[in-house]
Amino acid sequence: MLLNQFLLLAAILFSIGVYGVIVRRNGVLVLMSIELILNSVNINLIAFSTYHGLGGQVFALFVIAVAAAEVGVGLAIVLLIYRNRRSVDVDALDELKG
Amino acid sequence: MIGTLALLAQQATEHSFDTPVNVVFYIVAAFMVFAAIRVVTTDNIVHAALWLIMVLAGVGLNFLLLQAEFVAITQVLVYLGAIVVLFLFGIMLTRAPLGRADDLDNNMKPIAAVVGVLLTAVIAFAVIRTFGDDRLTFEAYSGPMAEAGNNRTTALANEIFGPQLIPFEVLSVLLTAALIGAIVLARRD
Repeated sequence: MLLNQFLLLAAILFSIGVYGVIVRRNGVLVLMSIELILNSVNINLIAFSTYHGLGGQVFALFVIAVAAAEVGVGLAIVLLIYRNRRSVDVDALDELKG
Repeated sequence: MIGTLALLAQQATEHSFDTPVNVVFYIVAAFMVFAAIRVVTTDNIVHAALWLIMVLAGVGLNFLLLQAEFVAITQVLVYLGAIVVLFLFGIMLTRAPLGRADDLDNNMKPIAAVVGVLLTAVIAFAVIRTFGDDRLTFEAYSGPMAEAGNNRTTALANEIFGPQLIPFEVLSVLLTAALIGAIVLARRD
């Protein structure tokens, strides 16, 4: 197996995740796209850990834990937005626009 | 320019189908890319969550191919078991349309597609230029594994509770803080 095939798969997943973050209007779907990005980074970490020792696997585990925390807080924020505005359209949240 | 690209593509694909594991990898990878595209393009929010399960399972299979069993099992437990269920609850609690909906995307699709393709091209160019045809030898696993009696999970535990102990403890504090934060944000009063 080549190192590159894993890195390229991760690059493609990362780009698809970025596309989703830009295009999606629903807050929950934006969070799902962020999960795609985090997972592509995990593939990279594990692939490099075959070269540089088990630290990469440890950090992949850390990323999984941080992603769980991020989804918890993110969904709470989306829920709060829904409660205040009756919609989760993230494009409508433009109060900070000058 | 085109000659360079052809050379790079040839270098990158030279050893692509030399083992059965590679064939498995390419099948899983093609399915993962398809499922990921469905996550960001489907009109149905619940279907997006289900396609996300497929991508996450594919990532877990990739971890298995890279001989990281413990991380693969954690991926299945945490992502497929917990996070996707959390997403489904989020979908239900925000009363998203459970069927097809045509207002899930904004009008930035062409720009976003260009951004995505450019990003893939730049990363792919850099990665292929840097790593060419480096083979996976798993040499870094052999030292810690011999130390742990040829058990990969023991080797990983030695790494977490040895050199990485402080980040691990900080992470548990972070998880507690995030949990309390989520409760404070989501409670009604």
